[in-house]
Amino acid sequence: MSATAMNAAPSASTTALLQRLRAALPGEALLTEAEDLHPYECDGLSVYRGVPLAVALPATAEAAAQVLRLCHQAGVPVIARGAGTGLSGGATPRAGTVVLSLAKLNRILEIDPLARVARVQPGVRNLAISEAAATMGLYYAPDPSSQIACTIGGNVAENSGGVHCLKYGLTVHNLLRLKVATIDGDIIELGSEALDAPGYDLLALFTGSEGLLGVVVEATVRLIPKPECARVVLAAFDDLGKAAQAVADIIGAGIIPAGLELMDQPAIAAVEPFVHAGYPLDAAAILLCESDGTPEEVAEEIVRMEAVMSAAGATDCRVSRDEAERLRFWAGRKAAFPAVGRISPDYYCMDGSIPKKCLAAVLEAIRGMEIKYGLRCANVFHAGDGNLHPLILFDANKPDELHRTEAFGGEILELCVRHGGSITGEHGVGIEKIDQMCVQFGSEELEVFHALKRAFDPEGLLNPGKAVPTLHRCAEFGRMKVHGGQLPHPDLPRF
Amino acid sequence: MNEDLAALSERILAAAANGRALCIRGAGSKDFYGGPLQGEPLDTAALRGIVDYEPTELVVTARAGTPLAELEAALAARGQVLPFEPPRFGGGGTLGGAVATGLSGPRRPYAGAARDFVLGLRLLDGQGRHLRFGGQVIKNVAGFDVSRLLTGSLGTLGLLTEVTLKTLPRPPAEASLHFELDEATALRRMNEWAARPLPLSASSYHGGVLRLRLSGAEAAVREACGKLGGVAFSGSDYWNGLRDQHHSFFNSAATLWRVSLPQTAPPLRSDAAQLIEWGGALRWLAGPQDTAALRRQAAELGGHATLFRGADKSAGVFQPLPAALAQLHRRIKAVLDPAGIFNRGRLYPEF
Repeated sequence: MSATAMNAAPSASTTALLQRLRAALPGEALLTEAEDLHPYECDGLSVYRGVPLAVALPATAEAAAQVLRLCHQAGVPVIARGAGTGLSGGATPRAGTVVLSLAKLNRILEIDPLARVARVQPGVRNLAISEAAATMGLYYAPDPSSQIACTIGGNVAENSGGVHCLKYGLTVHNLLRLKVATIDGDIIELGSEALDAPGYDLLALFTGSEGLLGVVVEATVRLIPKPECARVVLAAFDDLGKAAQAVADIIGAGIIPAGLELMDQPAIAAVEPFVHAGYPLDAAAILLCESDGTPEEVAEEIVRMEAVMSAAGATDCRVSRDEAERLRFWAGRKAAFPAVGRISPDYYCMDGSIPKKCLAAVLEAIRGMEIKYGLRCANVFHAGDGNLHPLILFDANKPDELHRTEAFGGEILELCVRHGGSITGEHGVGIEKIDQMCVQFGSEELEVFHALKRAFDPEGLLNPGKAVPTLHRCAEFGRMKVHGGQLPHPDLPRF
Repeated sequence: MNEDLAALSERILAAAANGRALCIRGAGSKDFYGGPLQGEPLDTAALRGIVDYEPTELVVTARAGTPLAELEAALAARGQVLPFEPPRFGGGGTLGGAVATGLSGPRRPYAGAARDFVLGLRLLDGQGRHLRFGGQVIKNVAGFDVSRLLTGSLGTLGLLTEVTLKTLPRPPAEASLHFELDEATALRRMNEWAARPLPLSASSYHGGVLRLRLSGAEAAVREACGKLGGVAFSGSDYWNGLRDQHHSFFNSAATLWRVSLPQTAPPLRSDAAQLIEWGGALRWLAGPQDTAALRRQAAELGGHATLFRGADKSAGVFQPLPAALAQLHRRIKAVLDPAGIFNRGRLYPEF
């Protein structure tokens, strides 16, 4: 079913689908009026929008599965949605689709402190799990910056990371079991509460599959003991390259920090007047390097971190003296995006990853692109695992600025791939980076992705048009991206 | 594609054309694991050597036929380890075999499994295509996670040619403790301790003795020993004995069952000699068992039972899958090995 066909007045079959959905769900659980659909037009990447046919808000796993079954029977695409905080357009609807919101499935079903697991519905907020487990001395480690709002179902779909994933892993490392509703409306279980499950690791395959393979209706996650203590070193550098080298030196010294974040001068300049975190305004870059563990362990590690960063040329190292100061040092990092939002009408957050040894070269190249595209860029990112988040500043009301921003962002991602990295470290491909998938993967790998999707969803009804580009699309994109006579997909016919 | 890969690819294409089974094999150290070997051997020994190792990236890439010993020695020279402690049965084993079986050693519950450390890989699929998934960076969510899907797939989806793993620094300090306890108390303690911020890195229970290994910063290990009590012992041979299964328990019978359960599952109802690992999540049983009864019990407790070693594999090595999952497995198999030539019957008899 093509989107254009669906833009016309609802056909007899969609009217029949809406009737069946209405019969299957309570009245308030199906939205079809324009003003009710409006909030679902986009996710956190608001430059892309679409109006769905309807939004279904089931309150049980079985009802969610029933929505999928009915849409499957009608041949209507389904876009699963959690809190809509995603930054790659993974939950962007398009005309003629049904949005399946998991927002009402928001109960924590069980926390077992001895087994250190939480069984939750997909609409439970990431931070709510840690809050509920706090009295037991436990928490859920992955902490994407949107953790106050984003849901665990969305975290699974995107394999979300966060500030602490160098030491504590991504979503995939902290999941034990999923209940997944398939497009047929069946509910299957992937993984188990044991540490492995027989057969292929479908739990891993499913994690980060961006809503293309099924819909999470329940997740069992691993909880870990809260460290007794944490302290952070705020180190200033007069040169971005030295800060990047310090990152490699810390890891090279055998230290795995709980968090290791870098902010460049434009980011510091945006944040400090807004948050007053105490960042040095004259620094070319700062590093925030956190140690956690027992008080003795942390004391020992902090000394080593300071020594390594001083040797790498830090002009100043300040260690948080108490919890209040630690939180203040982090407050600047955590408010970086809104702070940038204050100094620019719009900003576009990119998400590429690279080997750490290429940090300085890539950041330098981004400086050059600022001139080329006539746009400013602030960098604030997870340096410890090489995950960049360039924030491109633009004004959507100025003609051509969004277009230049997209081209700027695309060039950064392709640069990441050239340095042996990835077009997305943690935000997902969605619709945003779908063309760059053609740069990172060859046509044979893309074919395998499509075939795997068909194994779960033969008719291609789950979140179509996201995450994996068609070979046709790559061929068209490839025609624009001829560098030095090398076509990315020389074996494909050109259209 | 270089020469040795091209030769392997040609053999795969020829086998696919004739529907002939191929048996992918590295060092053969895990020939005993999984369903009986079928088909002509496809040897990966030529695919040897470390391709790239950057200690400051915590990333190593090596060809699949690289001996684990060679890989681990290169990491040790830079003060790093493979944190999932892949078993080296009989001292052998290749990187490809470690990833294809997906087996992990004593540190698994505290550091993660083989699949948790796989960042990317390359494989020859059933159509002889040389494919690359994942990458050489720690964070990468582009495309489906085919690298982790391949981990533990027992070679049924393709021939691994190159693997990229995340490494970690070797913990600077280590200590081992033992405690005399009954089984139920030991299981409870292992879980209670795992819920506290202690630097646990291994645990076992056998013959009335609970053993723990602590690894981490000097201060953390010293403090933890003080808090836990128990009797210190020199543990490195003992933990290697569990990792590589040369501990006498593993040789006490020809048949060995591996029962994977939630860590807090109660003691198994069984008269067999038993060794518990992984904080209670792994229960090894020596000697033949009533397969159906053991699998039923494991399933009721939320886990599964594997016939890890044994002469008679007629009852199936792995716990059978529910119908919907079995169908997904067949479809996924068909994506990467449409002619059904790779490691036939090694995972499940039907493919």
